[in-house]
Amino acid sequence: MATRRWKNGFVRWIDARFPIFTATHHQLYEYPMPGNLNYWWNFGSIAGIILVVMIFSGIFLAMQYQPNTAEAFDSVERIMRDVNYGWLMRYIHQTGSSLFFAIVYIHIFRGFYYGSYKSPREITWLTGCLIFFAMMATAFMGYVLVWGQMSFWAATVITNLFTAVPGIGESITTWLWGGYAVANPTLNRFFALHYLLPFVIFAIVALHLVALHTTHSNNPLGVDMKGPQDTIPFHPYYTVKDLVGLGAFATLFAIMVFFAPDALSEPDNFIPADPLVTPEHIVPEWYFLPFYAILRAVPDIGPIPAKLAGVIAMFGATLIWFLVPWLDRSKVRSAKFRPLYQVFFWVLVVNCLVLGWCGKQLPEGVFLTISRIATGYYFFHFIVLLPLLGIFERPRPLPYSISAPILTPSPVSPAGRLELAPAAAGDEARP
Amino acid sequence: MTASMRLRAAIVAVALVVLVVVAAPDRAATAAEDGARPPIPQQLWSFAGILGKYDDAALRRGFLVYMDACSGCHSLRHVAYRDLSALGVGFGPEDIKALAAQFKVEDGPDEEGKMFRRPALPADRIVSRFPNKQAAQHANRGMYPPDLSLITKARRDGTNYLFAFLTGFEEPPADAEVTPGMHYNRYAPGQQTGMEGVLSEDLVEYDDGTQASVPQMASDVTSFLAWAADPHREIRHSIGVRVVIFLLLLTLMLYALKREVWAHLHERKEEAAAAARARNEDRDHPDQAEMPH
Repeated sequence: MATRRWKNGFVRWIDARFPIFTATHHQLYEYPMPGNLNYWWNFGSIAGIILVVMIFSGIFLAMQYQPNTAEAFDSVERIMRDVNYGWLMRYIHQTGSSLFFAIVYIHIFRGFYYGSYKSPREITWLTGCLIFFAMMATAFMGYVLVWGQMSFWAATVITNLFTAVPGIGESITTWLWGGYAVANPTLNRFFALHYLLPFVIFAIVALHLVALHTTHSNNPLGVDMKGPQDTIPFHPYYTVKDLVGLGAFATLFAIMVFFAPDALSEPDNFIPADPLVTPEHIVPEWYFLPFYAILRAVPDIGPIPAKLAGVIAMFGATLIWFLVPWLDRSKVRSAKFRPLYQVFFWVLVVNCLVLGWCGKQLPEGVFLTISRIATGYYFFHFIVLLPLLGIFERPRPLPYSISAPILTPSPVSPAGRLELAPAAAGDEARP
Repeated sequence: MTASMRLRAAIVAVALVVLVVVAAPDRAATAAEDGARPPIPQQLWSFAGILGKYDDAALRRGFLVYMDACSGCHSLRHVAYRDLSALGVGFGPEDIKALAAQFKVEDGPDEEGKMFRRPALPADRIVSRFPNKQAAQHANRGMYPPDLSLITKARRDGTNYLFAFLTGFEEPPADAEVTPGMHYNRYAPGQQTGMEGVLSEDLVEYDDGTQASVPQMASDVTSFLAWAADPHREIRHSIGVRVVIFLLLLTLMLYALKREVWAHLHERKEEAAAAARARNEDRDHPDQAEMPH
């Protein structure tokens, strides 16, 4: 990397030894960003910022929290009542976890829509999937720390899933618990891991960014950047655009923290954990509901008992994301130019919402039927539709480059009006 | 609008409807659980909404009801005596000290290694009638009278539910099946509960002259317990209003700044597009273009 000529001697001294100024300058001004990113591209930076918010609020909570079954619930209440602004830290952390998932889901589905997982961004996508996995583990263990009824029973239900593993299931579960039931050793290790994992996530985020900055951002058209006419510097254009999104997000965050902090909480979790009393409905937090529905939807499959099949399906539902770059055979990235995929994308969104809704109901009657259909469709989308669409779908003509649709007026548009999406024009122009 | 756009719009609309259905609280599910249970009537609480405030007088009356009617069985173990300063008049530092001193707590060990009992201090939690959960359970035929510190959060639509529950004790209808040892309550899950309807006309004597009717006492103690579950509600809301206004203005300014910064970029693109248009026109109509010779 060529050393820039910095005017200030001190800066020059540092930069020659540790090129922080050159690197920053490179990322802000030389690193090429596509000029056409829409607001859906805000969610990556928002997710990064909320991760930091979660780590900081979490550290302050950990200073007051007691990871002991006899004191955990009370220590949370002490934070809420007696610690100065403890309620604020706790509500930021609690609401933050929900919003973190909401943001990350949007970020992932943005990737699905615009084909951000396709070559050459597979590693960016894979690291992202790893982050999501680590997030699920972290959120689950964090929820257990509250040690309310729902915490305890969620821990019991989820750790019991491992008993489904043939042969060694019981031993794995005992090992996870550190005993023969969810108890103090379980809470202790969950606290240790809940503190550790966010830093692991932070490290994977770094990998995610290295991969991203090697292949550069995808964009709504999904075509590669062909030259300087397609790119703009990150600063000031995307710093300010990201700030707009961040401002809007922070406003929503504040509204939830200050005015509806418990809107997403289960009333049962305000009752201290009691191993002798099972709550009427055990439901996870909203962000796990689709996976919970899949878990409970699967019946016995041949020699595989329903429990094991459900566990495989539930983990498979996220593991399958790792394969998406290779399941999707279409070379066209953006759904903008994929008339069929575009429709199926939205069907998948609706399908996931339906699964989430089923996750909240008892698994019986019509809900079970719907869960089964939706679970089947979920896997059908990834395993059957994605590969087949790549073969049978006829994509719309792609623009030559990001700036091409702007620089070249489409031949059929009347009065030289600029057509940002050249698709329609291209269709008609096709012989 | 092309067909695919219409289809997409339709799918987005369906997605939004599904989202609303998914996000809506599952009241239907709760109601379906026990068919006979009527819906919880909604009351107007002084502390409802963002600008609502706790009614201090109601909290004081509610505390009196808690002490006289509830504390015989139910603890309030997350609330300290000093927290009661939020109740205003009659709960100054000296009053709270005197109030706490009426109760004894176990402390120690002392220098001789013995545990001893001492008068409670303002920093102590409100003293429970029973030393532990097992004792409370034992004294109540095996049923644990729940701690009330979080009761309005620990039930769905808790504040309205609590008021409905407290006023829901009545003679069971002929077709109701009430397990021996249980009591009929219109609003309880399964329409029965281990608790007796303890509130009766003029059970407590209010010192502000308010008539101690059952709904009045139920409303007062519900207000008090709503406060006990969420003591920072007012400060949270007042900070929240300022934070949200600040963030809204900040976001608007950031948006204006974004428009300003990007305007140069759009100008640049317009110019490039105009140039490209001009070039294309030259190419399309070479006879009209100025020829250099």
